[in-house]
Amino acid sequence: MSSAVVSTSAALGRPFLFDAKAVPEVSLPSQPSKGHPRARPPQPIHPTDFSADLASSDPRLAHLTPASRLDIRPAPEMVSSGVPSIDTLTGGLPRGCLTEICGSASSGRTTLLLSALAAATRREEFCVVIDASDALDPHSAVAAGVELDRLLWVRCGASQNFRNPAKPALAKKFRQKNPSAGDQPGANYPDPGQSDSRQFENCLEQVLRATDLLLESGGFGLVVLDLGDLPQPAARHIPLTTWFRFRRAIEHTSTILLALEQRPIAGSCSSLLLQLGSPNDPILPAEGFAAERGKKICRTDQPGFDFPSPTHAQLLTGLDITAELIRSRLERKPARSTAAFASKTAWAG
Amino acid sequence: MPFACIYVPNFPVAATLRAEPELKAHAVAILEGKPPLETIIAVNEKAARMGIAPGMTKSQAELGSEFVLRPRSPLQESAAHAALLDCAQSFSPCVEDAACDTALLDLVGMESLFGSFPEISRAIYHRATTLGLAASVALASNPDAAVLTARGFPGVTLIPAGKEAERLGSLPMEVLFANRIEKDRLNGDQKKTADRLLETLDRWGIRNLQALAALPEVALSERLGQEGLRLRQLARGAAARTLVPVEAPLVFEEAVELEHPIVLLEPLAFLLNRLLDQLCARLGSRALATQELCLTLELESFSPRNRQAKINKQKFLRTLRLPQPMLDPKVFLKLLQLDLNAHPPGAPIVKIHLAAAPAHPRSAQGGLFLPPSPEPEKLELTLARIASIIGENNVGAVELLDTHRPEGFRMRRFMAETSRKLEREKVPGRDEEKSAVTALRRFRPALRVHVTLENSQPVRVACPKKKDLQGDVLWKAGPWRASGDWWECEAWSRDEWDLALRNGEAISFYRLVYDRLGGNWFVEGTYD
Repeated sequence: MSSAVVSTSAALGRPFLFDAKAVPEVSLPSQPSKGHPRARPPQPIHPTDFSADLASSDPRLAHLTPASRLDIRPAPEMVSSGVPSIDTLTGGLPRGCLTEICGSASSGRTTLLLSALAAATRREEFCVVIDASDALDPHSAVAAGVELDRLLWVRCGASQNFRNPAKPALAKKFRQKNPSAGDQPGANYPDPGQSDSRQFENCLEQVLRATDLLLESGGFGLVVLDLGDLPQPAARHIPLTTWFRFRRAIEHTSTILLALEQRPIAGSCSSLLLQLGSPNDPILPAEGFAAERGKKICRTDQPGFDFPSPTHAQLLTGLDITAELIRSRLERKPARSTAAFASKTAWAG
Repeated sequence: MPFACIYVPNFPVAATLRAEPELKAHAVAILEGKPPLETIIAVNEKAARMGIAPGMTKSQAELGSEFVLRPRSPLQESAAHAALLDCAQSFSPCVEDAACDTALLDLVGMESLFGSFPEISRAIYHRATTLGLAASVALASNPDAAVLTARGFPGVTLIPAGKEAERLGSLPMEVLFANRIEKDRLNGDQKKTADRLLETLDRWGIRNLQALAALPEVALSERLGQEGLRLRQLARGAAARTLVPVEAPLVFEEAVELEHPIVLLEPLAFLLNRLLDQLCARLGSRALATQELCLTLELESFSPRNRQAKINKQKFLRTLRLPQPMLDPKVFLKLLQLDLNAHPPGAPIVKIHLAAAPAHPRSAQGGLFLPPSPEPEKLELTLARIASIIGENNVGAVELLDTHRPEGFRMRRFMAETSRKLEREKVPGRDEEKSAVTALRRFRPALRVHVTLENSQPVRVACPKKKDLQGDVLWKAGPWRASGDWWECEAWSRDEWDLALRNGEAISFYRLVYDRLGGNWFVEGTYD
C-alpha cells in the first residue's frame, strides 16, 4: 500500500506533501472525487496534520505511513576500520558509500588506510588500492596485517621507463639506456623532474579510468583511491559528476569506496568525511625519546635543537593521530567529533 | 538400438562451411589439385542443383552460374574431424573413428544419462549443429546398419531392431560405396575391385539394397566371393561386428588460412571470434575449459631489398594465460584484442592458428556466507583493460622478496581465489585486530636532497623538487646502516635516518637515506 503511494506520486511528479490527498484518489476507487479532480482541488496540508487528516477521511488508512517518512534507503552496513577509536567515532566505514580521509603529510592517513585494508582482508574480502602517486609501501602493508594475496595494487603513478628496481636485470638495462643516472639508489628511476601539471593530469586520468573499470567490475570489499600526494589544484580537477558516478556505482553494493586526499574534494558525494591531524596540534611521536623531542620542539620552536643524547640512541616509535569527524550523513549529530589514537612503528615491538 | 552413427555429408564442403558460415547461403564447390589441373572434389546441394558435379575441372565449372570456389583445406578438415569426434565423445566413451566424416558410438547404458534413444539422437544432432557440422544421425542395432542409414537418410533416423532390411532396402547401391573420401583412401587394387563390383551389380539390374539382399547367398558367393556376401549382409542390415574404440586426443586447435592477408586488427578480431566460438563449443562439448590460449599468426614478410619478393613466413606467437579455467569466447576475444593492441603483429597476417590447453572447469559453487569476490572473467577483462592504460607491470598483487634490499618486492598476477581460504594455514592470532602500525609513504622515485651536515649529522635538508621538503631538522634518529648483495653487481649500502621537519604549522617525519656507494642523499618517503 505504501509503496503504491510512493510510485504514484513519483509518476505524477507531485511533492509527497500532497500524498495525503492522493492516497484516497488512487488506491481507493470507491472515493467519489476520483472522476472529478477539478470539483475539489487538493489543498496543501501541514505534514503534522497528515495522520489525523488521513484517519479522519477514512479510518482504514490510519495505519498508513506518509511517503515522505518512508525508510526508502536502508541504513548502510558499517564495518570496522581497523582502528577502534575511529570505529567509536564514526560507527565504522559504511558499505556502499564514499568515505573521505583527509590530512597533510604525517597526519596518519596511510596508517588508517592500511588498518582499514588489514581489517578488510581479515574479513576475507578482496581490496584494491588505486595509487595515484605509487606511494604504497608493501612492507608497511604487511606490518599492518594486510594479506597481500587479497590486495590488488594499481600503480597509476608508476614510471613507465622502469618499474621495479627489485629486478637487477631491468635496472641494468635501464642504466645502460641512461648512463647519466649514476650508481645511487635513486638512479634506478628516471629523472623525477617531470612533475609538471601534464604528468598529474595523465596520472589523474589513469586513476579515474581504472576506478571506473574496477567499480564496474564489482566484487571488491574495499576500493581505495589514494590521491594523498596529488597536488590540490590537480585533485580539484576531478569533476563532481565523477564522484557522483562513483557513488552511484557502489550504491546498493557491499563495496566501500575510500578516498585519501589532502583536502576534501568530493563535496556532498561522500557519506563520511574524516580529517586527520590538525594545523594547530602537530602530530608528535607517541612515546620514547622521539615523543619527548617532539614536544620539546613544539614548545621551543628552535631550529637545530641541541640533542643531549646521541641520535642513534633515539627511535621513532610511533605517531599520535587525531581524527575529526567533519561530516557524516549517517549520523546527524555525532556524540563526539574528535578521536585520538596512536600508531606504532613496525620496529617498536 | 545401441549404436549411433554421425555422418557429415560432403565433408570438404562442410569443413569449409564450418570455417566460413556466411557461405551457407551460397553454392560452394571445393577444388583440389595444382593449377591448371584443378578439379572439383565436392559440392553442396545448391551447387549440385546448378549442374556442378565432382570431377569437373575449374574451367568447366566456371562456365556456369556464379558460385563460390574454395581450395581444399586440410587444416579445416582436420579441425572439423576433431569436432566430429568431440561431438561423439560427449555422448559416449566408446567411439569409433570410422572415417573422416563418420563417427560411430556405442550407446549401451547411456539412456540413464541422456534419456531415451530418440532424445539422444536429437541431442547428438543439435550438438553437431552447435559445433558447426550439418550432420546426419542414425541409430540402429548394429554399427554397419547405422552407418548405411546415416549415409542414406538426412537428419535423424532411428531403425528399430529387426526392421533394418526393410528400412535399408530403399537405399541405392551407391550407399555401400558412398564415401568418396574413404574410396580415396583405398589403394589402387581395392578401388578397382570396388568399382568392378558396383559395375557388375549394376549390370545384373541390382539398383537398391533390397534387390541385393534378395539375392541367393550361395549363388552370390559363387559369383562375387566373400566380398559379395559381405555386401549382402550389409544390405540386409545383419552384419555384426564390434567397434574399434579410439581415444580422441585432447587437442583443441582451430586454424584458418587467408586468401588475402589481413592488415588491420578489426577483421582479425572477426576471424578470432569465429575460431574462439568453435574452440569453446568443442571444449564445452567435452565438459572442459581452458586456462591457456596460444595464438599463432603467420605473417607475410618481404625481402628488404625487393618488396615484391616474399621471404620465409614469420610466426608471431602470443600466449594468453588465465588465472582460472574459463570458457567464455567473448572474454577471450576481448583479452586477445587488448593483447594484440598492446603487441601488434607488425606485418600482414596470412594464417591464424589458435590452440587451447584444456583444463577442468572451476567449481562455481561458492560458500553462502563468504564475502563477495570479483567474478574471474570480469576481473580478468578489467585487469587487462587497466594494464592497457597504465602498463602491464603496474597492476597486480605484490609479492615480497626474500631480501633486505629496499623495495624488495615484485608484482605478480592478481587472482581472486576464494578457495585459498580453505588452504590457508591457521596461524594463532592472525585474525586478531592489531594496533595501528605507522606506515611509510614512499616517494617513487626517491627524492634527491641536499643535506647540510654538522658533526656528520644532518641539520638541514633542501629538496629542489619538493618545496615542502626543506628546512632545519627538528629531530633525528639514526643512522642505521644496511647493506647487501655485495657479491653481485647490484650491491647496495646505505645509512638510514628518521627525521622531523616543519611542514607549515605541522611537523612531518621523513626517512632520509645516504647512499654510501653513490655518495648521495635521498628522501625515501614520509611516515604517515
